[in-house]
Amino acid sequence: MRGSVAVGLALALGLALALPLIAPIYHVTLMLPFMAYGIALLGLNLLFGYAGLVSFGHALFLGIGAYAGAFLTTHTPVRSLEVILLTAMLAAALVAALVGALCVRYVKIYFGMLTLAFGMLFYTFVLKFYHLTGGDEGMRFLRPTLLGQPLSDMSKTAYLVGPYYYYSLALLVLATALMWRIVHSPFGLCLRTVRDNPLKAESLGLSVPRYRWHAFVVSAIYAAAGGVLLATPTGNVDPTLAYWTHSGSLVFMTLLGGFASFFGPLLGALVFIYLQDTVMSVFPYWRLVFGAILAVLVIFAPTGLAGLVDRALSARTARR
Amino acid sequence: MTAHVVNVLVSGVFHAAILFLVAAGLQVVFGVQKIFNLACGSFYALGAYVGVSAVQAFVDGGGAPALFIVPLVAGGLVAGLIGVVVERGLLRFIYDRDEAFQLLLTFAVVLMLEDLIRMTWGTAPTSTSGLYLVYGQVRLLGATVPTYNLIVIGASVVIAAGIGWLLTRTAFGRIVRAAAENREMAEALGVDMRSVYVRVFTLGSVLGTLGGALVIPSTAAMSEMGVELIVEAFAVVVIGGLGSMRGALAGALVVGVLRAAAIAVFPALEMLLIYLIVIGVLVLRPSGLFGKAVTA
Repeated sequence: MRGSVAVGLALALGLALALPLIAPIYHVTLMLPFMAYGIALLGLNLLFGYAGLVSFGHALFLGIGAYAGAFLTTHTPVRSLEVILLTAMLAAALVAALVGALCVRYVKIYFGMLTLAFGMLFYTFVLKFYHLTGGDEGMRFLRPTLLGQPLSDMSKTAYLVGPYYYYSLALLVLATALMWRIVHSPFGLCLRTVRDNPLKAESLGLSVPRYRWHAFVVSAIYAAAGGVLLATPTGNVDPTLAYWTHSGSLVFMTLLGGFASFFGPLLGALVFIYLQDTVMSVFPYWRLVFGAILAVLVIFAPTGLAGLVDRALSARTARR
Repeated sequence: MTAHVVNVLVSGVFHAAILFLVAAGLQVVFGVQKIFNLACGSFYALGAYVGVSAVQAFVDGGGAPALFIVPLVAGGLVAGLIGVVVERGLLRFIYDRDEAFQLLLTFAVVLMLEDLIRMTWGTAPTSTSGLYLVYGQVRLLGATVPTYNLIVIGASVVIAAGIGWLLTRTAFGRIVRAAAENREMAEALGVDMRSVYVRVFTLGSVLGTLGGALVIPSTAAMSEMGVELIVEAFAVVVIGGLGSMRGALAGALVVGVLRAAAIAVFPALEMLLIYLIVIGVLVLRPSGLFGKAVTA
């Protein structure tokens, strides 16, 4: 089982590396939002899957990442994507430290509501403070330099499917490896104890709110990095990035892939992006189709696609 | 000055009256079924569209414009039957699941209804042109107020009293309160929870669609109005306290009047102020003004 996962990962990585050489440009550009969401969802699932807290306001941190990048590229001379990423992650960590300290005192529906309220607070802020954020028209996100290379003489498409693609891929791999370490560390184990039995965790001497708080901050940092990567290709950020329905879509993607599995959220982001693109090309009402898919998932397959794959695999081993 | 204050107050209370209806629908469902129904905003949007269509058909058919309120209310009530479909078709499968899944299922309904509305009525806003002032305006302490606003405020008060009567003075109300208090015990005493759930959820959705229908002469129906209203209704129930009817009334007044005042005095504050209050309430008193104590 472990071996087949490793083989699958190596195959997926090889395919991702070769994609710009073999696939049509269009499919390569679709990979960009997937990688951005992938990073954000790895963080979201630290909360959802490993800490058992469902945030309905996580778009707040994607928004912080995207707006931090847009602000730096339009109002300051900063163009370096590394500096933008670090600034965005730092800003998100600061906000999450404050917001999280309040949110993690509650669980279940109250946690969801409080995160939703903070998300909408940020949304209203960027919508109303026009002179700073551009209001509902949003802000431009100028093309950042990668590792000090200006790359300004490249066409936008060449930049996106070339250097930017591999930059995003490297970040995704790095973020995945780091998250793997986090969830398999003592911290990750404690987090699961806190999720499954908070009373027992408390009596073992673990501080339940502190573990939740740390998970919250880490997930916000991941979301901000995802937000930066999401906004760079579009070259524009607007308040809908932080709207509560966007937060809902993030939870949807995680559920689609499978919140109980480490790679589930990545699978969810990939399927969501490609399926949305396919459905939109034949039928303008993608929300109707996706709403129906979400309803079927919640009712019949709450462990998502990863859960279905697991079930199929174990059924096959059982038959052997 | 007084005229200005009266204007702000009346528009605030009018908005509060609509918000109360939707929030009351949210509360009754949360109280009994423990589901936070994100789709109640979508029910509100559906009620608005059905209301517009009903009024248009009525006026095109030669109905007297002054009687437009009859098809409007009828449309709002009929649209509420969507609740039966959603409860029987989807929600009844997930009552024993984690709250996160229940929330996500209602989010699925939000997505589906938003596009169903676009498919049926298109993306352009539609309105009942010119019927808003058919009942004229009244002068109130120097301010001129549309009579329709006062009618809706009155109707909302009557509905609030009606809900109060239903919940405290009828056999159905006693069963609903018993089910909210202790589901197992109510079931053991022979209450058919299936029928309670479908009736409670339909009551919730009818309140939402009726709110949407009543708001419509004053504004145009838009497909995004549902996802926008739900966050306001959400603010109302948090401030008032989840599951409490009196809380819905108090919360609606706070949100409606404060928002109208903020728009009049400092427009940039509008919803920002409301969210700050919501966060303050959640942090300092998570049970809200009238809710029961929360155990974390």
